Amino acid sequence: MLKTLHNRTRIQYFLGLAIGFFFGFLLQKGGVCHYDIIMQQLLLQDFTVVKIISTAIITGMVGVYAMRDAGWVCLHKKSGSLGATIPGPLIFGIGFAILGYCPGTSVGAVGHGALDALIGGVIGIMAGAGLYAALYPRLKERVLPFGSFGDKTLIDLVQARNPWFVIIPVAVFIAVFLGVLEIVGL
Amino acid sequence: MDIFQTLANHFVVSVWPPYIVGVGIGILCWLAFLLSNHPIGVSTAFAKSAGMIEEAVRGPEVRKKPYYQENPPTIDWGWMLVAGLFLGAYTAAWLSGDINWKWVPQMWEDTFGPSILLRLSAALFGGICVGFGARWGSGCTSGHGISGTLQLVLTSWIAVFCFFAGGVAVAFIMYRVI
Repeated sequence: MLKTLHNRTRIQYFLGLAIGFFFGFLLQKGGVCHYDIIMQQLLLQDFTVVKIISTAIITGMVGVYAMRDAGWVCLHKKSGSLGATIPGPLIFGIGFAILGYCPGTSVGAVGHGALDALIGGVIGIMAGAGLYAALYPRLKERVLPFGSFGDKTLIDLVQARNPWFVIIPVAVFIAVFLGVLEIVGL
Repeated sequence: MDIFQTLANHFVVSVWPPYIVGVGIGILCWLAFLLSNHPIGVSTAFAKSAGMIEEAVRGPEVRKKPYYQENPPTIDWGWMLVAGLFLGAYTAAWLSGDINWKWVPQMWEDTFGPSILLRLSAALFGGICVGFGARWGSGCTSGHGISGTLQLVLTSWIAVFCFFAGGVAVAFIMYRVI
């Protein structure tokens, strides 16, 4: 691993900015910073958002696991539980439909002049995050740890001896799903 | 597809095929892991900004809150990522001449009318839910939806399912029932 590079704080700030720049550029070029495109996805009429996420998953997954096998990168897995991973994301989803942007695309939408993404999105999401910080002590003790499933991956779940026995079928499954979307004209 | 075509007519050069964009984002994930030892994620930066603003208003005791002790409100790699995201999205829109200052999105206006106040109130409420839910579930459409799922993390796949389950249900209520 590139440990020396990882420890260079200033270069890392620059790399964060640069990777973010291209991420924002691609989100805008993909059209997914537009309210109408995101809502059409949630209404299951336009699958641009799903197509971008799915292709990013296949590409990212194959590359990251190949680099991990080579010893170049390590994984950064998030732990979850029934008390954290069900209610939080459901509230997120409800807000996602009402706002019409997610955190990344709300920032990107401001870039093309969407002022509802600035007032509702950027300011609202900060307010919501601040509210969560205030309520965190109440959730921390009982709700968040309830029904913990740790940082298991799908590979651990099926106890595959070789991670590629899972990676390849997942990639194929997603590719077939995308193919079906194209065939039915979505 | 109508909306996409309408958009495409207006922004002919501005929309790239989704598969190209997806591969590009996947490659950025490689670079983030390789060069920075970080997964791409956006919502943590919002929590850090909220903490920094709260600290500026209420003073340093804000840092004593348990949440901010575990997640210090400072500028870090992820915060720079979001700053870059804005610059990149702005540049992309600027290059193709697509910057339109607008308070109410077209699709919203067609269903709920042109009231700016109504749109902003709804957007603010939705935004609060997004920020609150993202921190409760420790991630958003980037952190779980792309970085977590590509590592095949069970938590992230469940989170993404819930994002879309909640989102699709409310979108149908808003645009099909009301």
